[in-house]
Amino acid sequence: MFSNRYIFIYTTVLVAGAAIVLALAATLLQPMQSRNEETATMQEILKAAGKDVEREAAMEAYNEEITAELRVDREGRVVARYVNEDGAWKQVEGDAGVSRAFDCNMKAELDKASKGEADAFFPVFVCRGGDAYIVPLQGKGLWGAIWGYLAIGKDFNTVEGATFGHKGETPGLGAEIAGEDFQKQFEGKKIFDSRNGDFVSVTVQKGGAEKYAGQLENAVDAVSGGTITSNGVTKMLKDCLSCYVPFFERMRGEGRTVDPVAVATDTTAFVPVVGQVAR
Amino acid sequence: MSQEKTKTAEASVPFWKEMFSAKNMKLLSRPFGSENPVTVQVLGICSALAVTAKLQPALVMALSVTVVTAFSNLIISLMRNSIPPRIRIIVQLTVIATLVILVDQVLKAVAFEVSKQLSVFVGLIITNCIVMGRLEAFAMANKPWPSFLDGIGNGIGYGIILVIVAIVRELLGSGTLLGHQIIPSCFYEAGYSNNGLFILPPMALILVGIIIWIQRSRNRNLIEK
Repeated sequence: MFSNRYIFIYTTVLVAGAAIVLALAATLLQPMQSRNEETATMQEILKAAGKDVEREAAMEAYNEEITAELRVDREGRVVARYVNEDGAWKQVEGDAGVSRAFDCNMKAELDKASKGEADAFFPVFVCRGGDAYIVPLQGKGLWGAIWGYLAIGKDFNTVEGATFGHKGETPGLGAEIAGEDFQKQFEGKKIFDSRNGDFVSVTVQKGGAEKYAGQLENAVDAVSGGTITSNGVTKMLKDCLSCYVPFFERMRGEGRTVDPVAVATDTTAFVPVVGQVAR
Repeated sequence: MSQEKTKTAEASVPFWKEMFSAKNMKLLSRPFGSENPVTVQVLGICSALAVTAKLQPALVMALSVTVVTAFSNLIISLMRNSIPPRIRIIVQLTVIATLVILVDQVLKAVAFEVSKQLSVFVGLIITNCIVMGRLEAFAMANKPWPSFLDGIGNGIGYGIILVIVAIVRELLGSGTLLGHQIIPSCFYEAGYSNNGLFILPPMALILVGIIIWIQRSRNRNLIEK
C-alpha cells in the first residue's frame, strides 16, 4: 500500500509539475493574449467613433484614425498629449510621468477622483484631428462591471456614437446593452440641456425616452427587463461624463472646436503639470 | 517450436495494426452511438445548453473537450499504477484542471473572439462529468493507448450532439450557419421569420430530448426498464 510519506511526496511533485507547466504556458502566450486584448480595445474605441473594423485590422486603423491621445485633469486642463509618429505613440507635451490615455485604467482614475485626489487624469482619444472625442466609461451593472466608449462631436455636446460591454449581465435582458439596437439610439443625443446649458448627461429611461422629464434629446429607451443594468448605464454615463464636463466646457467656451494641436499649444487650455498639480 | 512460431507471428503483425485493431477502434466509435456520453449517459448537458446557440462556439467547445478528455485519459492512464487510491480524485482533478487552463490560455491567444463567446464554459470543462467519468471508468484501469482512443471517442461523441443541436438552433434561430446567411432573403420577404425560441436555452434541452427519443426508438436495448 501507499504510505502517507509517499502520498505527500506524490502530491507535491504533481502540483509542482502542474505549476511549472502552467507558468510556462502563461509566460509564452502572454504577448499574444495582451495583443489580442489591445486590439479588441482599439476596435471598441473605433466602433464608438463609427468605424467598424475587423480586430486584426484594428491596430492599423487605430493609428490612422486616432490622431492624438490626451489626459485631462478635473479642471479640464490637458496634462499630457501623445501623438502617433510612424506607428509609435510619443508624448509631445505634459508631465513625463503621465502615461498614454490608451494604457490608463479608467476605473483607477475614477477611484482617485471619488477620493478627491488631484492626480486623477482622464483619458480622451481624439479622432481624425478633432472630429470626435472619445471617452471611456466604466460602471456597475446588475451582476458585474459594465463599460463602454462614448464619442462626442466637435461641438462637445452631441453624441456621435457609443459602445457598451459587460462582464456578465443577463442574456436577453441586461446583456442587450451590448447590442446594436441599444447603442444606435445614442447617435445624435446631447449631453447638455439645450434650455439652460446645464450638464444632464444621457438618461436611459425606463418605459421609453418619451417618459423622460426633460428634453427628448437627453434620453434613450431602456432595455426592457433590464432596469438595473439600464440604471447602471445612466449612472455610468453621468459619473464618467461629469469628470469631463470642465474639459468640454473649456473647449466649447473658448471656441476651439477642431484642432487638438491648438489645444496643446495654447497655454490657457494647456497647463503642463510638473511635479505637483496646480489646483 | 510452437513458442517460436507465435513469436514470429507476433512480429509479423505490424504495430499499427495492433494499435488500430478492431477492439481499439470500437473504443473510438462506440461513444458516437450506443455509448454516447450525452444521449445515453446523459452527461455534459449543462454545457450542451450553453454553447449551442451558434455553431462556431459549439465546434470550439467540442474540440476543447476532446483535447481535454483525450489527454487527461492518456496522462491518468500513464500514472494509474502510481496513483494512491485515497487521493485519486484530487489527482485526476489536478490533471484535468491543468489541461483546461492550458486550453483556455491557448484559446485566448489564438481564438480571442471565440474565447470571449465561450467565456466561463471553457473553465467549466473541469466540472464536465464526461471527463472525470472516463478517467474513473476507463483510464484508471486501462493502458495509455486505448485510454487515449476512448478519450477521443467520448469527446467526439459529445461534440457530435453539440454540433447537431447547434446546426438546428443557429439555422432556425438566426437563419445562419457559422455566421453566413443560409436562409435566403426571399423567405423573409414572404413572411418567414427566425424563431427566437431556438436561441433560448430550453430549446437545446428539447432538441437533446428529441435526439434521445429517436436514438432509443431505433435501438431498443438503450431503453431503461
